[in-house]
Amino acid sequence: MTHLDIQGLSVTIPSPAGPVQAVRSIDLCIAKGEIHGLIGESGCGKTMIGMALLGLTPAGAQVAARVFKFDRIDLATSAAALRGKRIALISQDPAAALNPVLTIGRQMDDVLLTHSQQRKKDRTAAAAALLAATGLPDAAKLMKRYPHQLSGGMQQRVVIAQALATGADFLIADEPTTALDVTVGAQVLALLRKLVADRGLTVLMITHDMDVVAAVCDRATVLYAGLSVETGPASAILTRPRHPYTSALLAALPDAAPHGQKLAAIEGQIPPSTETISGCAFELRCPVATAVCHGAPPPARGSDDHHWLCHLAEGAP
Amino acid sequence: MDLVRYTLRRVFLSVFVVVGVTFLVFVVAQVVPSDPAALYAGPRPTAEQIAKARVTLDLDAPLPQRFVRFATAMGTGDFGVSYKSRRLISQDLRVYLPATLELASFSTFLALLLGIPAGVIAAARRGSWLDRLGSLGSILSVAMPTFFFAMLLQLVFSQWLGILPLAGRLSQQMSISDPLPFLTGFNLIDAVTAGRPAVFLDALAHLILPALTLAAYPAGIAMRLTRAAMIEILAGRHIVAARALGLSAPRILFGHALPNAVGPALTVIGLSFAYALTGAVLVEIIFAWPGLGRYVSEAILSKDFPVIAAATLVVTLCYVMMNLVIDLTQTLVDPRVALT
Amino acid sequence: MSAFVRRLGFGGTLCLALIVTFALLALFAPWLSPYPDQGMGTPNVIAKLKPPAATFWLGTDHLGRDVLSRVIFGARVSMSAGLLIVAFSLLIGLPVGLLAGYFGGWVDEALMRITDVFLAFPALLLAVLLAAALGPGLLNSIVAVAVTWWPWYARMARAEVLVLRGQPYVEAASVMGVSQGRILIRHILPSAARPLLVQAALDVGPALLTASSLSFLGLGVLPPTADWGKMVDEGRKFFPDRWWVSTAPGIAIFLLALAFSVLGDALRDREGGKRRDAP
Repeated sequence: MTHLDIQGLSVTIPSPAGPVQAVRSIDLCIAKGEIHGLIGESGCGKTMIGMALLGLTPAGAQVAARVFKFDRIDLATSAAALRGKRIALISQDPAAALNPVLTIGRQMDDVLLTHSQQRKKDRTAAAAALLAATGLPDAAKLMKRYPHQLSGGMQQRVVIAQALATGADFLIADEPTTALDVTVGAQVLALLRKLVADRGLTVLMITHDMDVVAAVCDRATVLYAGLSVETGPASAILTRPRHPYTSALLAALPDAAPHGQKLAAIEGQIPPSTETISGCAFELRCPVATAVCHGAPPPARGSDDHHWLCHLAEGAP
Repeated sequence: MDLVRYTLRRVFLSVFVVVGVTFLVFVVAQVVPSDPAALYAGPRPTAEQIAKARVTLDLDAPLPQRFVRFATAMGTGDFGVSYKSRRLISQDLRVYLPATLELASFSTFLALLLGIPAGVIAAARRGSWLDRLGSLGSILSVAMPTFFFAMLLQLVFSQWLGILPLAGRLSQQMSISDPLPFLTGFNLIDAVTAGRPAVFLDALAHLILPALTLAAYPAGIAMRLTRAAMIEILAGRHIVAARALGLSAPRILFGHALPNAVGPALTVIGLSFAYALTGAVLVEIIFAWPGLGRYVSEAILSKDFPVIAAATLVVTLCYVMMNLVIDLTQTLVDPRVALT
Repeated sequence: MSAFVRRLGFGGTLCLALIVTFALLALFAPWLSPYPDQGMGTPNVIAKLKPPAATFWLGTDHLGRDVLSRVIFGARVSMSAGLLIVAFSLLIGLPVGLLAGYFGGWVDEALMRITDVFLAFPALLLAVLLAAALGPGLLNSIVAVAVTWWPWYARMARAEVLVLRGQPYVEAASVMGVSQGRILIRHILPSAARPLLVQAALDVGPALLTASSLSFLGLGVLPPTADWGKMVDEGRKFFPDRWWVSTAPGIAIFLLALAFSVLGDALRDREGGKRRDAP
């Protein structure tokens, strides 16, 4: 059952240099209980998609879509109403996401106060339970502390507990492990996996890291220049990529190249988001591009389960 | 733990600073001037009078002993006798200190009242004419000599518009016909406790111009600091995160953004108060404000060192206390302060 | 020339021009002022308190002296006071900060506690006390202000050194056995001094304002030398009826202080430094 259904989402932001197409056209279908990876380089519009889901795009931004639905509710009109109730954000840098001058307890309580009619005592108990659920023992002591007194991993767990406290069933995790050590990051990912299983959550996992996709994601969507260029089961994306960009991305991983060989960096740059693209967005950097790639936007190929945008029938090399 | 250690260290340093300040005042007021005895002995003293003065002032004792005596005297509130008026300085201070503190507090209040909202508006509407006007004002206020600004205000509001009194602390008929009972020495407070609204308004009218003079520069700083702080806070990730968690706008503004702004506001209070205490020396002469500043400036002309020393010491102590209180409050508002 | 304007900005260039003008007026005061002898103090009692007119552009003061000539001669005092205060303060503050930051330990602790004591005073008040103790006179008032001013530079220099001391090239020099004095002078001093010099440029305005405040209180130059702060004070008795006596020198202080502070801002923006807010 499709929980989140987005088709043709675009976000345009006005700027002195003309309108910026932060997101050009995104299709995103996520089933209930799924962890869906959203993969892309920096500047491809990943975070802006999350903001659009939350109704937190910058002032003046234009959000448009053919279909923009969450649990059959139209997000175009009710994103702000769902924000923090059904959809919550686990943001990138936990140190920055927590208010430095308020205690953990106060920040947990603020969220619970917003979303429930419980009394203070019950809220404190609820906060302790949530912190425990995210693997933070000794909640009573922890709630008296300030964010700077916590390690990065603990901060991220608090941020996850806050997201749980909203009662939301859909979490947007925006690079939740980027600011953390590798081992701590792995623990946080395991925690998310467990929470999804225990609580029936659905997660949109925004990341630039293929290892994160491999570790936790059920399905994944690859973004390029504000376009969703390939969608499929995580295992298929990782092992049998069909879009040339996806395979280039995988080839650029350090452990993809045999020892002693040069890493396959992707030459060139993403087209600037102020430009309109007439043909295939990846054409100029694509190793297999031909004349047909130049004129029209590429067609969708593949099945419902695994599909990609490419002019070439055989796809990735 | 951090907090306790920080508080102890901060208090200890303040005590050290107070001793150091006392020592410095002692050196400057009692050791540097060429012949305090001649000054003490009065105009055209005889050799005998000077010799007597040397004994009275204890000038022949060794320096460390003199300092200990000086410090003990100051510590017990015995500031000595004015060379000129021969009055007890402590008695004069009791009258003049509240007058100056009233002026300094009110001007700090004005500086915050003008500067902080201006800073918030400037941050909210960056690049607007209001923002530009504010930054122009703060540049001009830095370069304007306090004493000249005071005179300009007198010219405009008192001479031309005639809406505010030229000088003084109370109108003549108010202070002579039916003087206020001395309670705190703050006219505004004493008028309220005595239940006399007319006196309150009169005192307020007299306060405005001198306080405005002293508030101009700190208001400029307050605006700049508030503006910078608000811009930084409102762009902060934790504000976005709080919105994404569904918190309401008022809760975010008052519960999350404002606590972050208290730190800069406290800094501004400290700066304003210090500036007002210092500027009082200049402003009180011009507005004939019977406070410590005028007391000092008159003492300068007669080289009345005990008076200058006592006033400097008392004002500096007020300043040190103020800074201590602000720093400790700062740690309550923002616990990260204690780490530095 | 246009490249120069671009670097300093329009405002900065204008202010530099204003400062140069004041400097030239100060240097060539005897030739540029209409009544040099009055500028230097000779009374002219037959023309007391005349309003501005063709003969006396800015009017005359209570001793009948031409206010314009007095303002021109006053530039000498204000200019030198502003610059000397900052120079003296740097001369004390820079070495103290360097030593405290470089040697650390008890040297640092001792020097910094001393600066704490100086910083505990509201600056003008300590200057007033000192100036009163030293007696009136331009040099004494300059020394008095510098004594309250240097701790800021000491703190700043110390902070710079603490950063520089950890730089690889400094550590490398130390490992290679370069003597400490040499490291301090060759490697640390040049980099530490730069931001201080920018700050010093910013401080000339406030310094000359403080000096003029002392002068206004009667703690500056001795009569009959012309000085702006003193002139404002002298004109106060006749203010606002005979406004010109105080107004011209008041505006002169304001303009010069403004010019230095805007120019300092422009310099700092170029250097990318931080502003310090302190009275």
